[in-house]
Amino acid sequence: MITKMNHVSIFVLNQDSAYDFYVNKLGFKVHTDAPMGPGMRWLTVCAPEQPGLEITLMAISEGMMFTKEAAKLMRDLVSKGTFGFGVFECNDLLATYEELKSKGVEFTKAPKQEFYGFEALFKDDSGNWFSLGQKK
Amino acid sequence: MTDSYPKMYLYRRIVQSKIYIDKHFADPLISDHIAGEASFSKFHFIRLFKKIYDLTPHQYLIKVRVDHAKLLLAGDNRIADVCFAVGFESVSSFTGLFKKVTGQTPSSFQIERRAAILEISKFPLKYIPGCFSGKSEMKNSNFQEVIAGSIE
Repeated sequence: MITKMNHVSIFVLNQDSAYDFYVNKLGFKVHTDAPMGPGMRWLTVCAPEQPGLEITLMAISEGMMFTKEAAKLMRDLVSKGTFGFGVFECNDLLATYEELKSKGVEFTKAPKQEFYGFEALFKDDSGNWFSLGQKK
Repeated sequence: MTDSYPKMYLYRRIVQSKIYIDKHFADPLISDHIAGEASFSKFHFIRLFKKIYDLTPHQYLIKVRVDHAKLLLAGDNRIADVCFAVGFESVSSFTGLFKKVTGQTPSSFQIERRAAILEISKFPLKYIPGCFSGKSEMKNSNFQEVIAGSIE
């Protein structure tokens, strides 16, 4: 039986820039950062209170996972904001929104009370978007 | 938009104080400046800060310093140097607080982290899920320097 998820991938346009976004802006912790030869780097981060779930910041480049054509298509889709990769949680949405905004994070929706909860939406440096909710 | 929320200006001040701690944690005199950054009474400031972050400003400062110490201890740094680099004024208070927060002394943490980093550098494929490490490009690639992360 499946017991848990321990890795999830987010496809990014540039791993250096993604490192800066997820670590220095969102405050995530680097779990593993391992150069693996020319053009390849295994980079995973974790949310501060969730060390058991590694988020792999996966470069979209020709090679391991993508053909040249697929990589180009994927880069286009990601940069156009096609993908929503998940929902993050915080203790206080207004405070987190203010902090991330002051660090230059782009929000596409300011905190708003919806029927399903208090929510904001933001984009990472590649164009992937996320919901940010407040712990109930 | 968020300006319509009541007391949003208070949030902004508390958040700015938190960011101030994030940037100036290594300043030994930071405690004297934190409440001033928020521009209201110390008691009110501490109460609001704790309401938002579940920690008092002082507890948060200790947490930030210990988090940075953990990063520095993972490298080739002497414990006393790490202590002063993150803003503590004595090695004994650093050691005591570090152990209180992490459950380990700085020296045992450093030994454990260095061993973990060495392990990753020797056997990197152990730390990459099989579906990725099994790809032929990775199998044949030459792992070079491995920079381990900060999670113990």
